[in-house]
Amino acid sequence: MANKVVLHTPIKSEDIENLKIGDIVYLTGKITTCRDVAHRRLIEEGRKLPVDLEGGAIFHAGPIVRPIEGQENAYEMVSIGPTTSMRMEKFEKDFIPQTGVKLIVGKGGMGQDTMDACQKYKTIFCVFPAGCAVVSAVHFKKIIDAQWKDLGMPETLWTSEVEELGPLIVAVDTKGGNLFEENKKTYKKRAEEVYEEIIPHVRFIK
Amino acid sequence: MSKEAQVKQMTDIMAKFVGYTAKVLPDDVAAKLKELAEKETVPIAKLLYETYAKNQKLAKELNRPSCQDTGVLQYFVKCGTNFPLIGELEGLLKEATVQATFATPLRHNSVETFDEYNTGKNVGKGTPTVFWEIVPDSDTCEIDTYMAGGGCTLPGHAMVLMPGEGYEGVTKFVLERMYTYGPNACPPFLVGVGVATSVETAALLSKKALMRPLGSHNPNPRAAEMEKLLEEGINKMGLGPQGMTGSASVLGVHIENTARHPSAIGVAVNIGCWNHRRGHIIFDKDLHYTITSHKGAEL
Repeated sequence: MANKVVLHTPIKSEDIENLKIGDIVYLTGKITTCRDVAHRRLIEEGRKLPVDLEGGAIFHAGPIVRPIEGQENAYEMVSIGPTTSMRMEKFEKDFIPQTGVKLIVGKGGMGQDTMDACQKYKTIFCVFPAGCAVVSAVHFKKIIDAQWKDLGMPETLWTSEVEELGPLIVAVDTKGGNLFEENKKTYKKRAEEVYEEIIPHVRFIK
Repeated sequence: MSKEAQVKQMTDIMAKFVGYTAKVLPDDVAAKLKELAEKETVPIAKLLYETYAKNQKLAKELNRPSCQDTGVLQYFVKCGTNFPLIGELEGLLKEATVQATFATPLRHNSVETFDEYNTGKNVGKGTPTVFWEIVPDSDTCEIDTYMAGGGCTLPGHAMVLMPGEGYEGVTKFVLERMYTYGPNACPPFLVGVGVATSVETAALLSKKALMRPLGSHNPNPRAAEMEKLLEEGINKMGLGPQGMTGSASVLGVHIENTARHPSAIGVAVNIGCWNHRRGHIIFDKDLHYTITSHKGAEL
């Protein structure tokens, strides 16, 4: 691909502030899986996150990992893909400034609070194609850390080295752009039109 | 064969079949995705369909689950009263789920409610879920297996409409879920709609609708017409793969129905994501099996 944009961790504000919704980027460096309970522990329970995310990347993902035979505390990434990011919406506006995270990877869009935080603190939210967990897993070179394993396989903070993980489609940029919120307005309008088209044909109760 | 040996045989087959369905899509879904990809004209949607195809190829080659969210297993059983393992079936499906969890491997997706811990083996109180249909005077057993991720489980919704709202109300109910929760539910997805009396009857039908092969139609001509209207209508919304816009939104719309109380229309919607991991297997009384969902599958 021409002009393939690859972000490297630690990510700086100037690396991402010119990206806009719909742009496609790739990630090389470190990424940590982080979802519901880890967010809740930091924001609501006040526990310190056991991973340094300054300039870092998180993946809203609960992967399938398996132990590497013959090695202690060594794991292999089998399948990994994004989960519903909207579940983290209530936490992300506080999570971003508290951790210094620069890239959030997930699916299905995020809301106004995350949009505001992305603009204020220069962070982006990108979508990795959901359901494509093997395309993703082959870019995971090594799992280098596992924290909060008491949460079970999906919720553990798995930190991995990745090489050109992508395509990551920018869905919330640093300028207030939000791809899914814009699309949703169009979908709602079309749904209303479709409703008017369908109802004359389904008046079965007479 | 002793009963014990029979149970072991069927458990092993089911564990392998469940593992296989985590890695390979059923033939009808694979064909439909190919068809949608070929018709697609929007650039971002084309890229996403290419990624989907690459993922399915890699999953098979590398023998890994194609999506990390392998769901909470559900089994829809149609069991003959004379099937020799009718009494053992529920127990052996639970055991097959544990076996598949470690052999495949599947993600650990059973969190005990209230105690809030992950059992680490995909079984827990009431999971996997087994839905029964008993068939008199038959000695065969048909099983639909299904794993749905959290993303396409989320739009699930049921309510009871007043008859004055009519099928217009049913239409509105379905369309609303499409633009609110649809983009996140991994389109192009399969939409299951249940029309009955109450929330639980409609909800179960909406999930059973997802077990029907793509391209099948409700035998009632009006219900079939409504399937077509909704399919065309939701496609016009143009959600595209990942809800990032495209020429289509759905793999299909399936409606299942029963008679209703005169004062109520129960309606429910359920979604199966593009990575629709359904399997269908039939056992005879000697435990010879036929897989109808995946032609040429080798376990």
